[in-house]
Amino acid sequence: MVPLAERIRPVLKTPPLLVIPAIGWFFWFLLIPLAIVMVYSFATKGTYGGIVFNFTSENYVRATDWIYVRIFWNSLKLASLTAFSCLVIGYPMAYVLATARPKFRSILLMLVVIPFWTNFVVRAYAIKVLLGENGPVNQLGMGLGLFIEPIIFVNSAFSVWLGMVTNYLPFMVLPLYVALEKFDFSLLEAAKDLGATSWDVLWRVLIPLTRAGIITGFIFVFTPALGEFVIPDLLGGARTMLIGNLVTEQFLKTRDWPFGSALSLILILIVMVSLLIYLRTEYKNDQDQATAKGV
Amino acid sequence: MKTALDGKPRPRPPLIAKAITCFAFLILYVPLFTLVIFSFLGPIDGPGSPNGWTLQWYRLVFSNRQILDALSMSVWVGVWSTLGSTTLGTCAALAIERTRFPGRKLLDAVTHVPLIMPEIVLGLALLIWFVMLRITLGSFSIILAHITFSISYVIITVKARLFGFDESLEEAARDLGATPWQTFWRVTFPLILPGIMSGALMAFTLSFDDFLITFFTAGVGSDTLPLKIYAMIKFGVSPEINALSTLMMGATLVLVMVFFKPSSGSAKGA
Repeated sequence: MVPLAERIRPVLKTPPLLVIPAIGWFFWFLLIPLAIVMVYSFATKGTYGGIVFNFTSENYVRATDWIYVRIFWNSLKLASLTAFSCLVIGYPMAYVLATARPKFRSILLMLVVIPFWTNFVVRAYAIKVLLGENGPVNQLGMGLGLFIEPIIFVNSAFSVWLGMVTNYLPFMVLPLYVALEKFDFSLLEAAKDLGATSWDVLWRVLIPLTRAGIITGFIFVFTPALGEFVIPDLLGGARTMLIGNLVTEQFLKTRDWPFGSALSLILILIVMVSLLIYLRTEYKNDQDQATAKGV
Repeated sequence: MKTALDGKPRPRPPLIAKAITCFAFLILYVPLFTLVIFSFLGPIDGPGSPNGWTLQWYRLVFSNRQILDALSMSVWVGVWSTLGSTTLGTCAALAIERTRFPGRKLLDAVTHVPLIMPEIVLGLALLIWFVMLRITLGSFSIILAHITFSISYVIITVKARLFGFDESLEEAARDLGATPWQTFWRVTFPLILPGIMSGALMAFTLSFDDFLITFFTAGVGSDTLPLKIYAMIKFGVSPEINALSTLMMGATLVLVMVFFKPSSGSAKGA
């Protein structure tokens, strides 16, 4: 079998007929709608609920209001906390997965993937049931005499944290697993033989060499977590306003679509900045490897 | 999945890593198991058999008109969006993998847009667009929206399958006098069918599971199952939702099993 990279592909002057429907679809239902959001973000809400296209930056100026900056800050905090918690829990998990015997490994992998596919509304609800006033945690705690009255776990920062972490953990574990699966574990022994402590091995060998996986996992969690509002809504009783709530409110309640569009463009901007950081690190990684090989 | 490293000895993970892994599986699965158990438990405070096992919540689910409507809506949307996205996506993947044409790189970039963009943005962008086009928000608009994000996943899955394709088989067919049409339907198609099937399965699961984009494009009175469950949860915890959620988990489990059987490895988005 000829290596695929060497296969000669017919070079066409125009996109082939087969790909036209998909291109058309993306153009019509993805690019145009996104362009319209961009245009809307510079418009104003009319008096009678219509849109006035007056190309003003007032929506963006409004978004810098302290109230909205705080909402963005809340979302950034929640997304970072989620991504960081997932990393701390997911890294050892991926390590265990990558070093397990092949048969055991595929079972563990399956166990990571199943919740990933389970509907996230269902999973958030499951946590609500578990931590509820009459839920098993309270019943067990009271049965063992740990506490006398049921503790209200739901609608707290803790239940939101639990909901977010369990929802996004697989997004972190899978890329980390891919990175660790390729990792040459004999390097750890080599480092130890040369006198490195376990701590040194972790921080100076394992983590630097699996950096790409860490960054991918972080982005995979951070990006969707930034726009997340359903889990905090179901498990936190909607007490802290997040970008997702705010945007949804603009679209479905106050009907200020231009302001909502501006907010979502800022959201995209934050996502793009984090992706750029990711791509730069990847690029640097490749260059490092290239120079290492050159030497 | 065999890799070169499989033969090499791997270190035993430290105890703390194992402990954290156990903790992680605990927080992932205890809520789900709780839900399953609760869905079979009888009413706690009611007369009769408190805490006995019962199927009454399941009977309640199957006799709830609104839930059945939401289910049939979900299946309807799922089937049509799967058909649409699998057809469009498979054709595109074939063209992208087999030919070089101007804009190919750009198309590849656009394909990844629905994957990295926050779902909420795609949802509201489509909402604005549908309103501008005067498309009534309902099952049709949901199908259009679902096709939009599913195509990307289908393209990526089918492309991955085509990547390892042994093209000498097609050459052999051509050498033996098969027309391009015959070559495609008798050789290429059967060989990439598993890839198409996993792409379709993924498209269906994504559609069946989707909440946020559906939330924006559904309009009033066309709830899919996740929207219905969400609305029910907003009212509070009830044994009926436990049973319905357990059924949804069961369906997911079956889909994952099917998905992992023919092609071990390729997971969502990976």
